Amino acid sequence: MREITFSGVRLIAQPSGALYWPEQGALIVADLHLGKSARMARRGGALLPPFETLDTVARLEAEVARIGPRRLISLGDTFDDDRAAGEIAPEISARLSALAARIETVWIAGNHDPVGLGRAVEDMRLGPLTLRHIAGAGPDVSGHYHPKAKIARRSHRAFLVGGDHLILPAFGTYTGGLDCDGPELRALVGPGIAVLTGPGMPVRPIGQSAARQSR
Amino acid sequence: MPDTRTPPPLPPSFAVWFASRGWQPHRHQLEVLAAHEDTLLIAPTGGGKTLAGFLPSLVDLAEGYVGLHTLYVSPLKALSKDIARNLRAPVDEIGLDLRIEDRTGDTSSSQRRRQRVDPPQILLTTPESLALMLSYPEAPKIFAGVRRVVLDEIHALAESKRGDQLMLGVARLRSLSPGLTVTGLSATVEAPQALAGFMGGARVIEADPGPPPDIAMLPTERPAPWAGGGGRHAARDVMAAIEDARLSLVFLNTRAQAELFFQALWEVNDKALPIGLHHGSLSREARHKVEEAMATGALRAVVCTGSLDLGLDWGDVDLVLQVGAPKNVKRLVQRIGRANHRYDEPSRARIVAANRFEVVECAAALEAVREGDLDGGGRRWRGPLDVLCQHILLTACAGLFEADTLYEEVRHAGPYTSLPRADFDDCLEFCATGGYALRAYDRWQRLLERDGKWQLRDPRAARDLRMNIGTITETEKLKVRRKSRRGGTPLGEVEEGFAASLTPGDTFLIGGQVVRYEGLREMIVEVTDAATREPKIAVFSGLKMATSLELSQRVQRLIASPEDWDQLPPDTRDWLALQCEISTLPAPGTLTCESFLRGGRAFFCLYGFAGRNAHQTLALLLTHRMEQAGLGPLGFVATDYALLIWSVDPVEDPAPLLSAEGLRDGLRDWLESNAVMKRAFRSVATIAGLIQRNLPGQRKSGKQATFSSDILYDTLRRYDPDHLLLRITREEANRGLVDFDRIEEMLAQASEIVHIRAPHVTPLAAPLLLEHGQVGIRGGTGEARLMEEEAQAMMREAGLA
Repeated sequence: MREITFSGVRLIAQPSGALYWPEQGALIVADLHLGKSARMARRGGALLPPFETLDTVARLEAEVARIGPRRLISLGDTFDDDRAAGEIAPEISARLSALAARIETVWIAGNHDPVGLGRAVEDMRLGPLTLRHIAGAGPDVSGHYHPKAKIARRSHRAFLVGGDHLILPAFGTYTGGLDCDGPELRALVGPGIAVLTGPGMPVRPIGQSAARQSR
Repeated sequence: MPDTRTPPPLPPSFAVWFASRGWQPHRHQLEVLAAHEDTLLIAPTGGGKTLAGFLPSLVDLAEGYVGLHTLYVSPLKALSKDIARNLRAPVDEIGLDLRIEDRTGDTSSSQRRRQRVDPPQILLTTPESLALMLSYPEAPKIFAGVRRVVLDEIHALAESKRGDQLMLGVARLRSLSPGLTVTGLSATVEAPQALAGFMGGARVIEADPGPPPDIAMLPTERPAPWAGGGGRHAARDVMAAIEDARLSLVFLNTRAQAELFFQALWEVNDKALPIGLHHGSLSREARHKVEEAMATGALRAVVCTGSLDLGLDWGDVDLVLQVGAPKNVKRLVQRIGRANHRYDEPSRARIVAANRFEVVECAAALEAVREGDLDGGGRRWRGPLDVLCQHILLTACAGLFEADTLYEEVRHAGPYTSLPRADFDDCLEFCATGGYALRAYDRWQRLLERDGKWQLRDPRAARDLRMNIGTITETEKLKVRRKSRRGGTPLGEVEEGFAASLTPGDTFLIGGQVVRYEGLREMIVEVTDAATREPKIAVFSGLKMATSLELSQRVQRLIASPEDWDQLPPDTRDWLALQCEISTLPAPGTLTCESFLRGGRAFFCLYGFAGRNAHQTLALLLTHRMEQAGLGPLGFVATDYALLIWSVDPVEDPAPLLSAEGLRDGLRDWLESNAVMKRAFRSVATIAGLIQRNLPGQRKSGKQATFSSDILYDTLRRYDPDHLLLRITREEANRGLVDFDRIEEMLAQASEIVHIRAPHVTPLAAPLLLEHGQVGIRGGTGEARLMEEEAQAMMREAGLA
């Protein structure tokens, strides 16, 4: 766990890639991409092991059980696409419904839009922050980019914390990543820090001068 | 039964041709010609092996033939080119009217199209190109008339999955053209019958082995260096040997070493002799140029790696120089075979050891050659199932098939003769639906069964499947180009990991020149010429070779027996004496370890002489136990002789770490989650078609890579532990990757553990520090500590901490 202060708000980054906001009792996750392997298969791609949805949901349940939040907020791309939402296994939707029955659950719409599970909203205002799928007018907390960061040549999913934007790593099991030192994320986030998931959750600077970026 | 009493007379035109060359046909050439069944010819290089393989075809073709008559398969594209050239001469001189063409990954698409419509009489190809051709719907038409198949260098192919794929392809050919005859051509091997079994049964014909080779160490003016590879110290001595010979092949064990040595040779090439460079990382154009120059006699020497290793029939080569220790004796003997293709003269070869450790290895190898002790080495087990999965998918690309028929056909391939039906069905199930315990994929099958016939659900999938043909799962390669507005000259290829380690301004060697890294653009490494002669980064990892166990053990015996050191040069004797002084000599029957500090890391070195696989497994187990003991292991490297582990804190007492029971505990569980298993899984999953290597357009998008195969492995292990691909991965591990038996044997034989705390790196340990193939320990406390240190340094530098 790593404490982050963003726009004066105290947040706790979890090794799982989830973000906990103690003051609001909110557990925030991004980019679950449920049904990804099924979509790949449907489009004639590789037949990847179809267990990632089960795995993602199980890890989400475990985080909720461990932290005990009052509410759960998913920042969009909960499903890999519309058909994935429609074709979700009954067991999975039952478990998601059970979760939503226990605590308040907010599904924010992504660009791979989910057909609503409970409330699906474009964005949401919480304290001084806006929660949405793709970063917009700050200060906001968002997902979409699946950021990763490298330290000592090892790459992990990462939380990116800039002046205006806090971007969450993808929580889904089969989600790739975009390097935080790439031009897109550098331009978006600006100078700040990356908090890596994985062992020890190390913190490194981002958006600095070019000299050290490829480490 | 072999019938050698009455070889058939050659047709007169052939006899005249032999006579015009002043040649007599060899007995084994006539035997192959006379045989009616499949044959396996074992002959040393220079025994007219290739001609023997083609003679029956040429005699047959003399009467005229329309369509594809003979298919020749070799492991190397370069070999096909060479054979095409060499075969042209007798064909023209005998006056045969026929077309000989090659078909490899390098063949243009227009040429390929033409070959599909109007095939030549003789087609030369590689196992992968054959698999590709067989995957087209036109395959039955193209191959229906094939009479003969020649499998060259089959001893080399049989050692890898390429051979299994080839034999599946030959089984398919036998179905398409029931009367065909197969001839295998092999260099000298330990067990000819096993190789014949690999072919699905063949009559073994052994040629006269010829006189014993003239082979020795090349005396050098300067002693071999303490460590390192490359043999640059011997450049002048090698140059002198080249000057005295007509045409020399200078073999090095890795591409990087070939680059460096080539550069070193040019620095002492006072007479400006024409010398070429040939290795697998060079661009196709560059390699072709050297091959052509060599064939026309324009070169005096070629510095090369395994890319030229297999029997190129260049009869003018009269000297083979092996720089760097030959990693196994069989390879050494085969390389010597390159020299002097006149059968009745001994081959001449000289060995140059690149460092003092290799001096010992070279001495041991020479001893083995003198005693005729070829190492067994060759792997032989039942055909791997990942290759079968790929074969099933490619069969589906060609058209409808019935499961029963395909099963029967597959069992005609030597490696699969005893394939259980259940295994076949599992592979088919995997190809069709992914074979997952969760039945979710029945809706999205890749293969469908209709009216008892299997087919691709979506015919467009054939394109992706064809792009992923092959069983070589090397790391991704990136092209290197000279930076320019218009494309730039291609210089060669480097491995992705090497490219990722470069920062702009770094200099490295490729194509014999030093270049400066400018940046990565659309998956191309852009470079400019560098003014310096000394590259900053000299090494990119090339082919890594394993020393045979037999040779490893000879090396240990020699090191531990000072009374036998008189066969070693004086400097090597001094080096071993120094090892004795600073540390100790690892004697058989002991387990010798050393600890020392270097560059802020603690190193632990163990001399097991048990082969790389066993050392790798032992290193994995030891690092696991070191993690539990809080020593913060960071990585390891394993060689055939030893293993080296580095960690944050030093190993104080190795005995508890090395207790056999402790190591055995939880072996299976833990081994399954380690990096080596994950690497094996990646290879299996790629061959079986779960992960795709070459998706059209994927590389260009520059977007993040698809899926980490590690995550797929972990997910499968958690939710579907009996999945076919995990079974295959485990089986491969048990076959040698893990080699736990040998670790147990090593521990049982060691009566005592000798642990030396050395003041610094020791003479024997030094070469290990330079080894490639280092494995990092992921997710451990050592890594966390390392990353935290680095992160804090970055924060301080950014003024944030």
